[in-house]
Amino acid sequence: MGIEIEIEKCVGCGACIKACPYNAISMRDKIAYIDEEKCTLCGACVESCKFDAIIMRVHHEDAVRDLTAYKNVWVVAEQKKGEIQSVSYELLGAGRKLADDRNSKLGAVLIGKEIHKQAEKLIKRGADKVYVAEHKDLEYFNDESYSRILANLIRKEKPEIVLTGATAIGRALIPRVAVQIKTGLTADCTSLAVDPDSGLLLQTRPAFGGNIMATILCRDYRPQMATVRHKVMKEIEPDPSRKGDIITVKPTETDLKSRTRVLKLVEEIESTLNIAEADIIVSGGRGLKGPENFHLIEELAKAFGGAVGASRAAVDAGWIPYSHQVGQTGKTVCPKMYIACGISGAIQHKVGMQSSDCIIAINKDPNAPIFEIATYGVVGDVVEVLPKLTDAVKKILKK
Amino acid sequence: MNYGFTEEQLMIQEICDKIGKEKIVPVREKYDETGDFPWDIVKILSESDIFGVYLPEEYGGMGGGCLDMCIATETLSKYCGGIALAFAATGLGTYPLLLYGSEQQKKKYLPDIASGKKLAAFGLTESNAGSDVGGIQTTAVKKGDYYILNGTKQWITNGGEAEIYSVIASTNKAKGARGLSAFIVEKGTEGFSFGKKENKMGIRASVTRELVFEDCKIPKENILGREGAGFMVSMKTFDKSRPGVAAQALGIAQGALDEAVKFSRQRIQFEKPIASFQGVQFMLADMATKVEAARTLVYQAAREVDLGSKNISKISAMAKMYASDVAMEVTTDAVQILGGSGYMKEYPVEKMMRDAKITQIYEGTNQIQRGIIAMNLIKEGASLE
Amino acid sequence: MNIVVCIKQVPDTTEVRIDPKTNTLIREGVASIINPFDLYAIEEGVRLKEKFGGKVTVISMGPKQVENALREAISLGADEAVLMSDRAFAGSDTLATSLALSEGIRKTGFDVIICGKQAIDGDTAQVGPGIAAHLDIPQITYVKKIESINDGKILAERMVEEGYEVVESTLPVLITVVKEINEPRLPSLKGKMKAKKTEIKIITSEDLGIDKTKIGLDGSPTWVMKIFTPPKKEGGKIFEGSTEEVVAKLVSELQDNLI
Repeated sequence: MGIEIEIEKCVGCGACIKACPYNAISMRDKIAYIDEEKCTLCGACVESCKFDAIIMRVHHEDAVRDLTAYKNVWVVAEQKKGEIQSVSYELLGAGRKLADDRNSKLGAVLIGKEIHKQAEKLIKRGADKVYVAEHKDLEYFNDESYSRILANLIRKEKPEIVLTGATAIGRALIPRVAVQIKTGLTADCTSLAVDPDSGLLLQTRPAFGGNIMATILCRDYRPQMATVRHKVMKEIEPDPSRKGDIITVKPTETDLKSRTRVLKLVEEIESTLNIAEADIIVSGGRGLKGPENFHLIEELAKAFGGAVGASRAAVDAGWIPYSHQVGQTGKTVCPKMYIACGISGAIQHKVGMQSSDCIIAINKDPNAPIFEIATYGVVGDVVEVLPKLTDAVKKILKK
Repeated sequence: MNYGFTEEQLMIQEICDKIGKEKIVPVREKYDETGDFPWDIVKILSESDIFGVYLPEEYGGMGGGCLDMCIATETLSKYCGGIALAFAATGLGTYPLLLYGSEQQKKKYLPDIASGKKLAAFGLTESNAGSDVGGIQTTAVKKGDYYILNGTKQWITNGGEAEIYSVIASTNKAKGARGLSAFIVEKGTEGFSFGKKENKMGIRASVTRELVFEDCKIPKENILGREGAGFMVSMKTFDKSRPGVAAQALGIAQGALDEAVKFSRQRIQFEKPIASFQGVQFMLADMATKVEAARTLVYQAAREVDLGSKNISKISAMAKMYASDVAMEVTTDAVQILGGSGYMKEYPVEKMMRDAKITQIYEGTNQIQRGIIAMNLIKEGASLE
Repeated sequence: MNIVVCIKQVPDTTEVRIDPKTNTLIREGVASIINPFDLYAIEEGVRLKEKFGGKVTVISMGPKQVENALREAISLGADEAVLMSDRAFAGSDTLATSLALSEGIRKTGFDVIICGKQAIDGDTAQVGPGIAAHLDIPQITYVKKIESINDGKILAERMVEEGYEVVESTLPVLITVVKEINEPRLPSLKGKMKAKKTEIKIITSEDLGIDKTKIGLDGSPTWVMKIFTPPKKEGGKIFEGSTEEVVAKLVSELQDNLI
């Protein structure tokens, strides 16, 4: 185990020093030296070396011996109150492509109470097979019973790839499953692809607060599991002519055992649209100067019939509740139009909105990083620009 | 810069800086506007053990001294000189007890002060007695096991919010200043009430009220020291508390300097940050030098107090006078550098300028300080002959 | 009550910048901090101790310098600190990390284990549930309020997309907390002084008697194949001028292309 510099190959170019996110590499006698105290074996340097002088040795003692026994791509569908959540259709979109690339089938797993009627929907949206586990005790998501059922099913059916939504449910469920079957899991992937040479799943995700991207592999264990945030992948359109198989899975008494139970769900109705679902989002940041100007954001959002978002700075300052926060520690959004008002565009904010179809940025500072990704940029004080823009939008939309 | 602080003093600085940045900055404008008492910050200060930094360990304190107190006051004042005063004025109210209190009195009152459970205040000033302590009209008449207090104290910091008051009253009018005595009066004592809250120019987050005594009966054991010691108690208290006021002024000045540097680096005029103009650079250089000189004087005064030096009146007065004059100059210059922005409430420097003014006035005006310095110089000169 | 809080030392990612010339991370001046979500976990642990008695043990895995983070946790009210530090742990992915931590926690003893909802450097939110799975105990993720703990049961509010659920679980339990749960206190002077003196217990893989093939790089199914900086998106049209002008220009673009 570990990382080594092959002294004969190292030319002392220093490329690895720049690549190391932990400042663990330095030059000693013109040869790269790795400080073991600082090195976390993240592997960033290995790829940076043009001379193959850095070797990382991994020995997986309990790796899966027969990788060929694992086939097909699975998507774990999410249901609430018996309704399939849209994140599932996004996963099916991603999963369909991977299954086609691997020349395999796309399966979906649906767990709930009296849920089989919903299975057809998953087939129309690209699934070839739907595994349905039904029981009255499975009405609400339960960490223990859901994870046990899913783990048992994976052990039995041996899918090659399993995708789950990075939702409150998915993020609670899938790490438990990964531990039970001992395999790798990559969170919050923004891109999933099959490596044409190895056939492995290339799981790409932001790291270091979105400052860098990392492509993760799970070579020796199966299935290869990944979660994807809501709104990162595009939903697959339904095809009414599609056909598929529905397979009923009978949960056992042991499967259903759980030490936790949900006593009730309290829905918090918000006055404004949920930002994750909105087509148009108007977001406010520090440039608004104070909470008293936030109504300018609300008015423009209202004129567009859109939702109100905010940067972390505005939320931290207490101008607007956390549920409106867009970005790394808030929500990822992908609306048709995103209007960033007085938001400088820190990387943490950008990762949460940069896949929006059209980005409009309004900022006083012409050098603000938000302009780098804006489709349209307006250099000006938001407090002055917004009222005029709102008036203009109202006039146009009235016609 | 290395000021030779102990590990504990560095911790005090670090904690107060965190409190200032994270807790005080977001609320200082609000308190300046409303004039409400910052109980939420007081609670944070007490949870962080700051109220006990200068008090002995046997009374629940952290065992530090005047320098520890100055470090806390300076650091908090960098963010808001008004809010910092809840802490600093408690120190002023506590020093008489610390210096002249009996073992019993200390055991009774100091632990609650050290933990921040109770605030203290010092009641000396009256409408006719400020710089001239001899003019005090409030009387304390002994009757059996009690003293009966009558009179009104004016402009008392922490008045109404504090639980423990060190009050100077006359027990013998004929003797003037030599007939003064110091007493501990607890809030809630019958006959002890508070007048209206003053509407001030600056330090608006700090509360200033009248203390009204109407046949207020306090147990005779609440006297600090002996009858007639009141003037001495006051003067010794001021000797030790003046570095604290100086530290408050120093903090305000540093805060204004920081704002001026920050603004001048960001503000673009003639396509350049204004910090690149020599006119601004010279102002900043002068401001920084004055602040650093004041700091050295303040720390030296505090260290003299902690060393138990015999005559600390002169250095204490120098520190208070110089640091507060610097605070006034530096905050005024900071407003100037920020220009129009500096004059607006959106930026904190106009508040700092208003806050700075009081430090030249209270705990002995700077004219009185100069008098003390001169008196000591003359005395020292005479002793050489 | 034995309360265990898992913390991670992370680079302050809000301070991390990319050098526009070399397109690499600028590391200079980036401080190491306690993962911000873990501060809420520490505070909740200390509050539980204040309410129910017992002790709070903070545990972390990483190099020696993580001692600083653990000391800070002590200054915030934790009683004991355990650092799992061993070259054999390096390179652990979330599966191996959660295994190693679960073994460390098993040694400490536990009734309630508290984790922050995720770490800001990795953002995976996988280690908490992973620990629960390794220990085979129930979990409640995204907890925004602990309503009660009694008779060996905990009642907590879990944040979900549409509001919150009230969830009941038996003890021992692992919870992950969100920042709505409390307002972390600042360190106290007494706490800081105690933190300076507190001995940090160091645990190695050998102390745990853990199978070395299950931890570190060898115990990690996933590894990083490559790291790259995200490609820059092309900027679009920028409008400058008076407020009237820029609004007019933007509106005409919007009319032509969008609305």
